[in-house]
Amino acid sequence: MAQPKRVPLPAILLANDLLDGDVVFSTGNGWSRNPAEALIARDDAAADRLEAQAKADFAAQLVVDAYLVDVSIDAAGVPTPRHFRERFKTLGPSNRPDLGKQAQYASAHPH
Amino acid sequence: MPLLDRKGLKQNPFVRAEVVDETAGPNVIVPWAQVQAALAARAKDQQIGVDLPNNVAYGDVLALADQLALVTIDFPAFTDGRAFTLARRLRNNGFQGVLRARGNLIADQFPYAFACGFDEVEPSEAVYARQPEEQWLAAAGRITHTYQRNYGDAGNILDQRRAARLAKEQAHDK
Amino acid sequence: MYRYDQFDERFVRERVAQFRAQVKRRLDGSLSDDEFKPLRLMNGLYLQLHAYMLRIAVPYGTLASRQLRQLALIADRYDRGYGHFTTRQNMQFNWAKLRDVPDILGLLADVEMHCIQTSGNCIRNVTADHFAGVAADELEDPRPTAELIRQWSSLHPEFSFLPRKFKIAVTGAEHDRAAVKVHDIGLRILRHPDTGETGYEVIVGGGLGRTPYVGKVVREFLPRRDLLAYLEAIVRVYNADGRRDNKFKARIKILVHEIGTEEFRRRVEEEFAQLDGPTINADPEEVARIAAYFAPPAYEKLPAKSNAYEAHRAANPAFATWADANVFPHRVPGYAALTISLKAIGEAPGDISSEQMRLVADLAEKYSFDELRVTHMQNVVLAHVRQADLFAVWQKLCEAGLATPNVGLITDIIACPGLDYCALATARSIPIAQALSKRFADQARQKEIGPLGIKISGCINACGHHHIGNIGILGLEKNGVENYQITLGGDATENAAIGGHLGPGIDAKDVPDAIERLVDVYLAQREDGEIFIDTVRRIGVTPFKEVFVAKTHAKSKEPENAVA
Ligand code: SF4
Repeated sequence: MAQPKRVPLPAILLANDLLDGDVVFSTGNGWSRNPAEALIARDDAAADRLEAQAKADFAAQLVVDAYLVDVSIDAAGVPTPRHFRERFKTLGPSNRPDLGKQAQYASAHPH
Repeated sequence: MPLLDRKGLKQNPFVRAEVVDETAGPNVIVPWAQVQAALAARAKDQQIGVDLPNNVAYGDVLALADQLALVTIDFPAFTDGRAFTLARRLRNNGFQGVLRARGNLIADQFPYAFACGFDEVEPSEAVYARQPEEQWLAAAGRITHTYQRNYGDAGNILDQRRAARLAKEQAHDK
Repeated sequence: MYRYDQFDERFVRERVAQFRAQVKRRLDGSLSDDEFKPLRLMNGLYLQLHAYMLRIAVPYGTLASRQLRQLALIADRYDRGYGHFTTRQNMQFNWAKLRDVPDILGLLADVEMHCIQTSGNCIRNVTADHFAGVAADELEDPRPTAELIRQWSSLHPEFSFLPRKFKIAVTGAEHDRAAVKVHDIGLRILRHPDTGETGYEVIVGGGLGRTPYVGKVVREFLPRRDLLAYLEAIVRVYNADGRRDNKFKARIKILVHEIGTEEFRRRVEEEFAQLDGPTINADPEEVARIAAYFAPPAYEKLPAKSNAYEAHRAANPAFATWADANVFPHRVPGYAALTISLKAIGEAPGDISSEQMRLVADLAEKYSFDELRVTHMQNVVLAHVRQADLFAVWQKLCEAGLATPNVGLITDIIACPGLDYCALATARSIPIAQALSKRFADQARQKEIGPLGIKISGCINACGHHHIGNIGILGLEKNGVENYQITLGGDATENAAIGGHLGPGIDAKDVPDAIERLVDVYLAQREDGEIFIDTVRRIGVTPFKEVFVAKTHAKSKEPENAVA
């Protein structure tokens, strides 16, 4: 992919499911709705593989708007996007803790 | 590139050339920049068409309208709707020749093209590879009538309402 | 209100089938993502941060009870049990799935609704005064005009791929509640000073966003019969000459600004002169057909003042407080228009649960001729309630948490969805609105402050209309943190004004204090009978700026806190 500049690593790859619209995370060989299952790319080779998967699955009409997001990793190994915008994508609306991933997955709690 | 009208795929009698001479064939499309030269150089029985970008002044085209057998207007991207307005202005001001939409428009725009005065469409190969003939024909018939008057739809909704009203009044008069 | 005839019905059904086929063609690769995107947007479908969002058209904000009930059903069956009313009088569902959208459109068509042109670079949902047919200062009901334009602009063959979105608003009243001066086209119904004939003042090139402009009068008087041909001329000039090289300069306001009002008018009039009006315009019978749907409902003959209403007011101060803030005078004796505030203290502005939708629908059916209005302030109006019934309605609203007495007051805050939902946002809006609403919750204090509009946008696109808020708040990003710029002195009414910047942006946590200080300046300086905007106009921005900048400067020495 002709990306001008890659985000700093480590990074995860997120996208939206084409049919459902849900935010999905690349697990390396598929997609999960659970941010804790995102594969963390720690080097360029791993990031290349994530992007290749995103490209193939975009072409296969599975996902849209896929991109790498730089993350920090907590003691439990759970990635959190460094930017607040993507943090909301792993959580849900901040005024509705009953909705979105924060309501669904235990690991996706506001930091 | 494929050429379609309301009935589907059709033969394209025109060829494109930069300069017009006897070898260019009976029906030649030239770029807008070459049109004066082509009109001057053409043989008596040669038909001249022109490829327009979508931002020419319509008055300049109208000035040559009598001598042009075909005018094509480019869609550099399907989201650029200027060609619709250019076609409409040419038609509003009396252009009678064949109007062709050309380039990156998509099947979903087929009915809009007709409504704005185009007779035929020459989509890019890339689009046509994904959207073959049947998709264009299906798109043309999806919405049977729209609300705009004077856009080629003889059965537009406003005129149908009017006709229904008049019929009712007449029945009443009798 | 307007009802579909067989033609409208077929049109909308065909549109549903068309979109169903477009989704199928996207999934089988016939339509690329780039091609599908404008097509889905023209059907109101966005891809937002967490999910697809579906925006449903509520033409000029008018809804029937059965329509609101259907929205409640869709919210429960396909969404998360709530919806959001927007500043363009539409409804948004935040959790729609692409696979369900064709079925949702079918359900909407069942009640004469659709999502046509609620987004995209085309002519958007036409808006109108939410007190249409009610207000005493109205010359003519704007809704028939809006409905005519809705039909004319639907799937327009020439104007569906414009340089940018295109918004039209209509008002028929002296007091402009439709913000016609900040629309691409604003129409004001007026009487010709000499002949007395009614027609339109045509205002073009207003708009908010990155470069806010107040619109320019392009035609002082347009005869009613020429409306569609004149609109066609304006939009044609824009489609041909509007800029397409830069998304941020593509609105018609930039074209008008760059070539000047004179030249723009010349181009429009030249185009208009070429058109054969009678073949384009709707004939008077068609205009009359539409207008007939908006004939006044069958009001009862009532005394101007209801004794029962007065008695309830006297006996129940909470009711009186609510009525003072939320009841608007009706031109018919004995009736009132009431606004149901969707700005409960601490809640997200404009959100309404499916249960609340059903209750409001029931109230409209029982007490207000089966009709409701959505306002651009993100509230709902019951337009024709007997004064004698107001108390009963209020009691039911109280039970549902819908009786917040704050219409037009400082907690009646407009806020776009911002970064809690919107993919374009640079910062959140909703939590700012919630914090401010809690800060100013005290009823006596709100009353003391009086009319004051706060408007919040989560990015420069200005869906929250922050420029025309008496106090405007714009959420941006600065050094990886949400940051808020405050403007002062904006006005959405016939005195349309764009607010001025107060100084550098501030952190989210500092916004309530900052607004409080502005309010304090006003309270200290106001003269008898002045409301907030009057004082700002009289004393200017400077006294506010001084306080704002002094405090902000002191603040900026403290370490910056990241957003939680
Ligand atoms: S103003 Fe910006 S953040 Fe708010 S809804 Fe509009 S685009 Fe989204």
